[in-house]
Amino acid sequence: MPSIQEGIYDLGRLDQLAYRDTAVHRLDPRAKVVTTFVFLVCVISFPPHAVAPMLPFLLYPMYLTLEGGLPVRFLVRKLVAVAPFALLVGIFNPFFDREIVLFLGEIGISGGWVSFTSIMLRFFLTTFAALALIATTSFHSVCMALERLGVPDVLATQMLLLYRYIFVLGDQVMRMARARSLRSHGARGMGLKVYVNMLGHLLLRTHARAQRIYQAMLARGFDGHVRANVDLRLSVRDVGHVLGWSAAFLTFRLIDVPLYIGRLMTGALS
Amino acid sequence: MSHHSIEATGLSFVYPDGTRALDDVSFRLGHGESVAIVGANGAGKSTLLLQLTGFLRPTGGQVRIGEVPITRETLADIRKAIGVVFQDPDDQLFMPTVYEDVAFGPVNHRLPAEEVASRVTEALARVGATHLADRPPYRLSGGEKRAVAIASALALCPNILIMDEPSSNLDPKARRRLIELLAGFEHTKVVATHDLDLALELCERTIVMSAGTVTADGPTRAIFGDDSLLEASGLEKPLGMQGCPLCGGE
Repeated sequence: MPSIQEGIYDLGRLDQLAYRDTAVHRLDPRAKVVTTFVFLVCVISFPPHAVAPMLPFLLYPMYLTLEGGLPVRFLVRKLVAVAPFALLVGIFNPFFDREIVLFLGEIGISGGWVSFTSIMLRFFLTTFAALALIATTSFHSVCMALERLGVPDVLATQMLLLYRYIFVLGDQVMRMARARSLRSHGARGMGLKVYVNMLGHLLLRTHARAQRIYQAMLARGFDGHVRANVDLRLSVRDVGHVLGWSAAFLTFRLIDVPLYIGRLMTGALS
Repeated sequence: MSHHSIEATGLSFVYPDGTRALDDVSFRLGHGESVAIVGANGAGKSTLLLQLTGFLRPTGGQVRIGEVPITRETLADIRKAIGVVFQDPDDQLFMPTVYEDVAFGPVNHRLPAEEVASRVTEALARVGATHLADRPPYRLSGGEKRAVAIASALALCPNILIMDEPSSNLDPKARRRLIELLAGFEHTKVVATHDLDLALELCERTIVMSAGTVTADGPTRAIFGDDSLLEASGLEKPLGMQGCPLCGGE
């Protein structure tokens, strides 16, 4: 089952990227979370046919990528891997909306194709920004930031534990898958029936583990609240990051920057 | 009030499915004693440890830690006196970083921040894991995980350490380091283990369990010298007490 294996390894790689030490890695996680949130709201709130006005938003994830020294090819590979979801959402637009809305030279382009492009671009921007956030901020810092920003304690703790045990569970799945393929000699190991059995097994094991983890927590005085023991301090740089980028996003959202640049250029030419 | 002793009297436990896991188990461990609990698989070792830590309630008999019986009301206090090291460190290390995991107990006990920091630093230094503080637990080796799991118990400054198979899945060097580490502890220790050589080195006393009962309780060397007892309990003489297979000598 190489796909699961690759998935876990990729997650591990993403996780390791978050422990680098660059200027953007050092920013307070809350600053990055809030900025990303403003980014998402701005991108998502564009009208359905917007394409060009969204382009300036590329600046932010590219800034994180370059400043954070993230491997571009790896991120692109991840983006392509989840693209089918967006493709599925947008693919029917060109069929339903056939009205021609703009001409590129001689070729008329229907509203469907424009909104399809808009969906793909939106997907690309939002996912890219989320990936860049996770690759520059460890997941547990993101959880802690969310908690400090008012997300309920229970939810933050759930996310923390989920992330912690994805690796343990992933290892377990890989071991089971290997054990199965070793004894199924290239055949699909009796197919669905075995698969269902394996899933059931995994569920039971996970349940048993959850019980042991809970015991380990109780043994150390757990009373229902995970108290993070990390001191977060907002610096001037953090505030600058949030305000600066948020101002930029609002500008991009309210003013069609590419159009202005275009007009400026043609104006200058004529 | 001393919390260093453990006393089990007439301890019995039947799992809801009818399995009788413990049957009239009694013993008393004094301050600073180091005791190995050995026995075949399914002899009741793990169930006994769960009883000593109050995770399972006995169906008969009683456990006292110090002079206090384990009840629903006393449990929270009693757990402050006990450090538990679980068999699988992955169960024990659930926080995102080693530092936070070791700090989990002290923070829950609402210790002031400086005290938490000094306890964590001290516990990590004690097990030689200071350099791992900022690492996430899933990126540690087996031996490192075990060391950190022990540190997370030590950070609570317990009087009693209860350990389930501390040397399982360790490479020989890591196992040796663990034995040296544990030998340096002055806590009352209860170690459930299949590693009889570890028991021989660490524990002056051994309790042998078989089918939920205590079949022997005495000085470790005497117990491991009793061939018929070992045979009946599904055990084997520790390698350290067997003759050398090459030269035939002891």
